[in-house]
Amino acid sequence: MSIDLKTIKHISKLSRISVDEKKAEKLVGDLNSIFDFIEKLNELKTDNVEPLTSVAETTLKLRSDEVKSKNLRDQVIKNSPKENEDYFVVPKVIE
Amino acid sequence: MSDITKQSLSELVENIKSKKLSSSEVTKSFVERSDKSKALNTYITEDYANALNKAKKFDEKPNLNLKLPGIPMAVKDLFCTTDLRTTAGSKILNNFVPTYESTVTQNIWNEGAILMGKLNCDEFAMGSSNETSFFGNVQNPIDKNLVPGGSSGGSSSAVAAQLTPITIGTDTGGSIRQPASFTGTVGLKPTYGSCSRYGIVAFASSLDQAGPMAQNVKDCALLQEVISTYDEKDSTSIDFKRNEYSKDLTKDIKGKKIGIPKEYRVDGMPKEIEDLWKKGIEYAKDCGAEIIDISLPHTNYALPTYYIVAPAEASSNLARYDGVKYGFRAEGENLIDMYEKTRSEGFGAEVQRRIMIGTYVLSSGYYDAYYLKAQKVRKLIKNDFDDAYKKVDAILTPSTPSSAFKIGEKTNDPVSMYLNDIFTVPVNLAGLPGISIPAGHDAKGYPLGLQIIGKAFDEQNILNIAYAMEEKINFKNNITDWWIK
Repeated sequence: MSIDLKTIKHISKLSRISVDEKKAEKLVGDLNSIFDFIEKLNELKTDNVEPLTSVAETTLKLRSDEVKSKNLRDQVIKNSPKENEDYFVVPKVIE
Repeated sequence: MSDITKQSLSELVENIKSKKLSSSEVTKSFVERSDKSKALNTYITEDYANALNKAKKFDEKPNLNLKLPGIPMAVKDLFCTTDLRTTAGSKILNNFVPTYESTVTQNIWNEGAILMGKLNCDEFAMGSSNETSFFGNVQNPIDKNLVPGGSSGGSSSAVAAQLTPITIGTDTGGSIRQPASFTGTVGLKPTYGSCSRYGIVAFASSLDQAGPMAQNVKDCALLQEVISTYDEKDSTSIDFKRNEYSKDLTKDIKGKKIGIPKEYRVDGMPKEIEDLWKKGIEYAKDCGAEIIDISLPHTNYALPTYYIVAPAEASSNLARYDGVKYGFRAEGENLIDMYEKTRSEGFGAEVQRRIMIGTYVLSSGYYDAYYLKAQKVRKLIKNDFDDAYKKVDAILTPSTPSSAFKIGEKTNDPVSMYLNDIFTVPVNLAGLPGISIPAGHDAKGYPLGLQIIGKAFDEQNILNIAYAMEEKINFKNNITDWWIK
């Protein structure tokens, strides 16, 4: 199994991380060496093994749907790179 | 008292409680030493003026019944602290100021401790040398240009250099235990679900745990007692009966069965690590423990499993950094272009690499081959431990396959960097507690650690074993203050 430049560009799209040619070529090398290492898992037969999704053997607890924090609107908005009064500003989405 | 910063946490607590020292005196000493130690680059954000003010306020009306009365403490910059910048070592969070406090840090302040600042770490805790931090390398106080380990490298360096009496780190695959081992300090990764993850910048949610990093086992037990609480704000927090770890601490480990897993004798392991392990076995026997050979047959598959599970969870957790609501934004021609440029410029190379691995293994057509496969092998790894614990009470291994390495030595080879975590990663995959204690030095005089792994929720037992062995080992860290001019 090997990851080519086309695959890297596809993953970069899915990840929403832009990569130029130089970075993409470096990633081909890096990811291939990491996946060579990961392929070791194929030595194991796991057909009848239950996947482990959580080590914490608990059932999720329900809690009442109440607001517990204070109104932090101003502080929250202040963390935004671009805001306009009560709104986060993003580049125009609808023409 | 001129040597305040040389005192252990337990001594400082005792001296403040008996009014031999004030919080102001203690805080001033650690602030001054931290200030003189900028060359180590341990702090990302200093909060010294506030710390001194809080100490003064504490002294005006001291509550000496608290567990950490007026004790100054710097913490890893992965814990959200209200109104104090929290970066996770990343450019993308360079200007992020949380509106809430992590549960673990809140527990610490509730017991009277005082925040001194935020400590350097690998970006989003992804790294084993602190070299992926946007805020630069951290120096190991043991020697110049030596990595302090990672990802909690600022934390390990600060404790070893006595810039803070104690601290907290986080451990996803070894990020507390490996840096503790590299700096001659003690680090505990608690059972998954023991310490709340609320307010900790997420890396891999099924593996992340916060834990104490200290100069000795007793201090470590005291801080664990403070930070381990059930928290309804973390859906994987577990409601179990927690010990008073420092009060219940005992050196009596007579008859405890300690397992030695043969699979941890890995190819190419330096002889000094093998020798350290043998010495550790003798120390454990001297303490009255019974040594039993065990097998953890899937050990070799732990790292490949980890490098699927952790990046997969990271790619999902880090999807939130889009340049809209907080953090860094790069301008783009349209919304998608803005996202792509923000993430390309805001994340460092290692974080991007892991997001891409994670995205790939979760992508259509590959999920079963990679992610599901890894979850199945994770089950086999956990089963190994479950079987072993039918025969033993704890497991003894080396903490790392080598001592600390030089800055820059492994940055070009991700896989060789990943191999650092070979002995620590299985513990996270199985959700177990593990502690690293300093146990000796290599030929270069660099510290080496031993790891004690326990059953789930059995922190008290591994703390006791560590406490008993610590006395026999009688380790002395050799810190020369070379960085202070």
